[in-house]
Amino acid sequence: MSAERPAPILQVQNLTTSFRTDDGILTAIEDVSIDVHPGETLGIVGESGCGKSVTSKSVMRLLPPATSILSPESKIMFDGLNLAHCSEKDMRSVRGARIAMIFQEPMTSLNPVFTVGWQLNEALSYHTDLSKSGRRKRSIEMLRLVEMPNPEERLDEYPHQLSGGMRQRVMIAMALCCEPEILIADEPTTALDVTIQAQILKLMEDLKNKLNTAIILITHDLGVVAQVADHVCVMYAGRVIEKGTVREIFHTPQHPYTRALLESIPKSGRREHGKRLPTIEGVVPALNDLPPGCRFAARCSIAEEQCIHTEPDLKDHAFSDRPVRCHIPINQTAEVAGSKGQA
Amino acid sequence: MALVEVEGLIKHFPVRGGILNRVIAKVNAVNGVSFTIEKGDVLGVVGESGCGKSTLGKTLIRLIESTGGSIHYDGVDITDLNHRDMLPFRRRMQIVFQDPYSSLNPRLTVRALLKEAITHHEIVPEADMEDFIESIMLKVGLRADQKNRFPHEFSGGQRQRIGIARALALQPDFIVADEPVSALDVSIQAQVLNLMMDLKDEFGLTLMFISHDLKVVEHFCDRVLVMYLGHVVEEMSCIDIHAEALHPYTQALLGANPINDPDEKRELTVLEGDVPSPFNPPPGCPFVTRCPKVEARCHDSMPPLVEKAEGHRVACFVVND
Repeated sequence: MSAERPAPILQVQNLTTSFRTDDGILTAIEDVSIDVHPGETLGIVGESGCGKSVTSKSVMRLLPPATSILSPESKIMFDGLNLAHCSEKDMRSVRGARIAMIFQEPMTSLNPVFTVGWQLNEALSYHTDLSKSGRRKRSIEMLRLVEMPNPEERLDEYPHQLSGGMRQRVMIAMALCCEPEILIADEPTTALDVTIQAQILKLMEDLKNKLNTAIILITHDLGVVAQVADHVCVMYAGRVIEKGTVREIFHTPQHPYTRALLESIPKSGRREHGKRLPTIEGVVPALNDLPPGCRFAARCSIAEEQCIHTEPDLKDHAFSDRPVRCHIPINQTAEVAGSKGQA
Repeated sequence: MALVEVEGLIKHFPVRGGILNRVIAKVNAVNGVSFTIEKGDVLGVVGESGCGKSTLGKTLIRLIESTGGSIHYDGVDITDLNHRDMLPFRRRMQIVFQDPYSSLNPRLTVRALLKEAITHHEIVPEADMEDFIESIMLKVGLRADQKNRFPHEFSGGQRQRIGIARALALQPDFIVADEPVSALDVSIQAQVLNLMMDLKDEFGLTLMFISHDLKVVEHFCDRVLVMYLGHVVEEMSCIDIHAEALHPYTQALLGANPINDPDEKRELTVLEGDVPSPFNPPPGCPFVTRCPKVEARCHDSMPPLVEKAEGHRVACFVVND
C-alpha cells in the first residue's frame, strides 16, 4: 500500500502557533508535523483543548492576525507555497478555492440574512470565471451532488428554513463548489444526530472517492475516525503524540494516552454491560501551567521518573516504524511474545 | 416494586403567532407515553434531538406540567398535587442537567449552591450544615476545601460533579439525569459514568438516564425506551440491544452508530430523508417518512405498543405481524 501511495499534497512541518493573551504568550500547538495525501482521509483526534482546531485554522490562516503568531520555523507547504508565511493575496487564491473548510456549527457558519443561492454564488463569483447563469447551474449541480432534496427550490431559501443536516450539506456544497484539492472538516458531525451523521459521513466518503479530494477530519469521536479515516494523528495538550494508520492506532496503540482513550469508551455487548469503565484520572494540564516533562505524565499509569523531568520526542522506536512521543511506548507484540515465553 | 408509574403521559406546547398572539398550532412533544420504573433500576431514554426525551424527563418530575395522563410515584398519584403536597416529592425526585455551564448559578459558591436546597428542605440542622456539605462533596469526588469556589473555577467534569452533588444533597430516591455526560470529553465521561454507577449502588437510587448516545445507554442502563417524535417506539432490556432490537428505527440507530474498530467497519445504515416537523407530524406512524419497511397501512394509524416478549414492547405493524 505504501509503495503506490501518492506524494503528499500538503506538508505541515514544525508548526508552532502561539497567542498573545493577558497571561502572556501561550503556545497552543507546538512542533506539529503532518502529511496529507490525495484521496486519503487523515483523522486528527484529541480531547477539547488539545489544539486540533488551532492546527486546522493555522493551515487556513483563519486565526486573528493581531493575537496569533506562527513561529518562523513553521512550514505549511502546499504546491511550492509556504502558507505559514505567504502574503494574504497568495493565501486568498488558495483559501476556499484549493483548500476548503467546513465547520462544526452549520447554523453560525452560514450567513442568516442571505439565501443559500446567494452564498453559493458568492464563492463561485470569487473563485471562478463562470457567467451568472453558469454559476446558478453549478450551484444546483453542487446541491444535487450533496443529495439535497429539491435543489432548485433550496437556492432561494434562507439557512433558518433548513434542518441541521441540510445546512451541513449546504456547507459541504459551498466548500466543494471550486473543486478543492483538500477539504478540512472540523467536527463536521458533532452537532448532528447519529442518523444524520451517518448520511454526512457517507457523503464525504463518496466525494473523496469521486473527486480524489484529500480530507483532514478533525474530531473527538473515535468511532467516526474508525469509520472514515485512513491515517490518524493523535494530539494531546498541543502536541502530536502518535501517528499511524487507522488499524495501527486502534489495534496496537503505542502511546499510553491513545490506549487509555480507546479503553474509556463504553463497549457494546453482553460481556461489558454494567461494568466500571477504565478512566484516565485527572485533567488535561492548562497551557499556562505545562509540566516540564511529558504532558501526559501526571495522568499516565506507567509513568517513570524520566517522564516527569524530560519531555520525549516524537520518534520511531526500535520495534516499530511509526512515530510516538513516549519514553516507554507500549510494545504489544513484545507483551504477547513475553507472556508466551514465560509460559 | 414499581417506583414510578406513568400512564398515557401527554405534553403539548402551544405555538403562538399572528398579530393577536393566538395559539395557531401545537407541538406534541410527548404523545401518550406509558412506562414503569422498578426500584433500583436505571431506565435509559434514547432518541434524536426533538423526539421529546428531555420534555418527558421534566414532565415526569413536574418541572413542567403535563397536558394529560397520570404519574404515580411510590404509589401516590402526583399528577395534580398542589404545591404544598408536592414538596416532599420534590425532594425525593431530583434532576441533573446536561450543560454544567448554564445550570449552575455563576454568582454562588459551591457551598451556597448546595446550602440553598438543603435549607429549603430542612435536610440537616444549621449546626451540622458544614459537615454535611463537605461529606456530599467528598462523595462526588470534590475536595472539601473547594467549597468556597465559584463554578467558573472548575472544569466541565467537576461542574457536572457539582450538579450531581446538588441533586444528591437532598437524599433523593429518584434522579432524572438529562444527558449528564454529553458535554464532556470521552475520558471525563467515563469518570462521571463510574461515579453515577457507584452512587446508585451506595444510595440505592433509581435513575432515568436520558441520552442520545446508544453506546452509553447500553453500557449504563437496565432498560431502554426508544423515542421518536413524542412516541415510544420500542421498550426493551439493555443487556443485548444489538441482538434483540426489532423496530426499524432502533435498528437504524444501531446501524448508524460507528463502531470503534476499523476492522469491523461496515456500511453505515443511512436513512433517507429528514425527521418530519413536530408541528405537522404525519397522521400514521411518525417514522413513515424514513422507514425502510414502510407499508400502506403505516400511513393511516399509529401502531400500538405490543408486547413481543417479556419486557419487550414494539410499536410497529410490520414487526408485530
